[in-house]
Amino acid sequence: MSLVASKLVVRYGRHEALAGVNLTAPTGRLTALLGPNGAGKTTLVECTVGLRQPTSGTLEVLGRAPTDRALRTRVGVMLQDGGLPLAAPAGYVLRHVAAMHANPRDLRELSDRLGLGPLWRRPVRRLSGGERQRFALATALVGRPELVLLDEPTAGLDPQARLAVHDLVRELRADGATILLTTHLTHEAAELADHVVVLDAGRVRASGTPQELVGTDRGLRILLDTDPTPFRAELETLLRVPVVASPRLLEVQGTPTPAVLHQVTGWARDRDVRILELAAGHRSLEDVVLALTGRELR
Amino acid sequence: MTAGQRNAPAPAWRRVGAQAWFEVRAVLRNGEQLLITLVLPVLVLILLGRTTALGLGDDLAVVAPGVLALAVMSTGLTSQAIATAFDRRAGVLRLLATTPLGRNGLVAGKVVAVLVVEAGQVVVLGGVAMLLGWRPSGIPGAVLALALGTWAFVALGLLLAGTMRAEAVLGAANLLWVLLLVGGGVVVPPSRLPGPLTELAPLLPSGALGDALRSTLAGHGLPLAPLVVLVLWAAVLTSGVARTFRWS
Repeated sequence: MSLVASKLVVRYGRHEALAGVNLTAPTGRLTALLGPNGAGKTTLVECTVGLRQPTSGTLEVLGRAPTDRALRTRVGVMLQDGGLPLAAPAGYVLRHVAAMHANPRDLRELSDRLGLGPLWRRPVRRLSGGERQRFALATALVGRPELVLLDEPTAGLDPQARLAVHDLVRELRADGATILLTTHLTHEAAELADHVVVLDAGRVRASGTPQELVGTDRGLRILLDTDPTPFRAELETLLRVPVVASPRLLEVQGTPTPAVLHQVTGWARDRDVRILELAAGHRSLEDVVLALTGRELR
Repeated sequence: MTAGQRNAPAPAWRRVGAQAWFEVRAVLRNGEQLLITLVLPVLVLILLGRTTALGLGDDLAVVAPGVLALAVMSTGLTSQAIATAFDRRAGVLRLLATTPLGRNGLVAGKVVAVLVVEAGQVVVLGGVAMLLGWRPSGIPGAVLALALGTWAFVALGLLLAGTMRAEAVLGAANLLWVLLLVGGGVVVPPSRLPGPLTELAPLLPSGALGDALRSTLAGHGLPLAPLVVLVLWAAVLTSGVARTFRWS
């Protein structure tokens, strides 16, 4: 395992950013840390690179303590705020970080891969958010790290830049690097990750492969424009299978056969219930995350 | 790409050297920093060295060492405080701390950069002063005083940069520069300052550095009291930085 956190707690005053997190990131795999804003993802990344001291618990990075100096060549990090000096030309910053390593990546190749060439001489303060993200990603990768920590690497990127970043991340994984990627985009985690950890309010809600998390449940989900609670027992009686109600959503267990779909739509017609969405088959990772973390805004 | 060619850190001297050169380039690129580290000290030197209006006469033996002390204050305190505070706000300190440079390398790079900029200031300001007729002596003592002054002012700059918001540092560092220039005994000797400043200024790092340089560069030897004042300030401020500096 490249990363092992055990009962990790980080408190800021009274706020508990991480509340006893246990997680592992398998070596050579891409682990996605998935969760809403404020879940504790960035705090975990900061602890991993020694920028933040945990209140309690243990954290092992490539078998060492996060503050071990030997890790600075073995771990590359893309921080959420980028960390690029605003007045300096962007390419000069990348070359500067490369100078800290004995055998950095070829800057021309990295620049071409991320489309940085035309931006090379432009001061960081004149780059767009997405352009800064790409330079920040390049600084994380320039030292050929074994463990790459990417904190929201595609935030603010346009679709083309996002695809380029995804391709680069896949290539890194194919080369054997271990990647920990934080994101609140469930489709990104589903597309890239071998292993997903769902974090919410400083706690791990679930972890496993994307397939394990979505499960083999082939149920039926009915999204209504009204509170579904009064209809739950009624549908259970009609369909003779368990039905679970959550805010605006009814989840019908069992195989959604054509007969079941026919019964459900007939019931909606008879009761004049408006169905916003009817989904049969596997749950998506987004369904799983919403079920675990709730649908309400915080 | 990654797995086959694991990386190692560059040698420590190269990391620190790269950081120092990065910082020196930042000063040279930044017009405001050049103004405060070089242009203003040169103007002060020419104005005060060629006029008797402020009661200093045309005595370059008083003005030139004071301007060298002012240059140290500009680079170590004002320039370094502002640059570090804005780097801290942009997350630059956090990013560099995660690279093989590390926090110690970052601080070492800053110190080397300050020394390089100061060397340039000494060459330019000393050259201008000599063109005006200044003939200094006691160079080794001056180097020691400049080193202690640098230590004290860099520590003060980092104390501001590591504890205050960037905009507040910008205001405070510039204000301190002006206050110490006017009443800190740096260019105008404490003995010629009005009221209680005569006694207070020698106890400030600005006055102590100015006094030490004025004495040694005039060939009167290096007095002990200003050096003790500088060491005390430097030690107290360094301890404050170690305890309070926030990297983000």
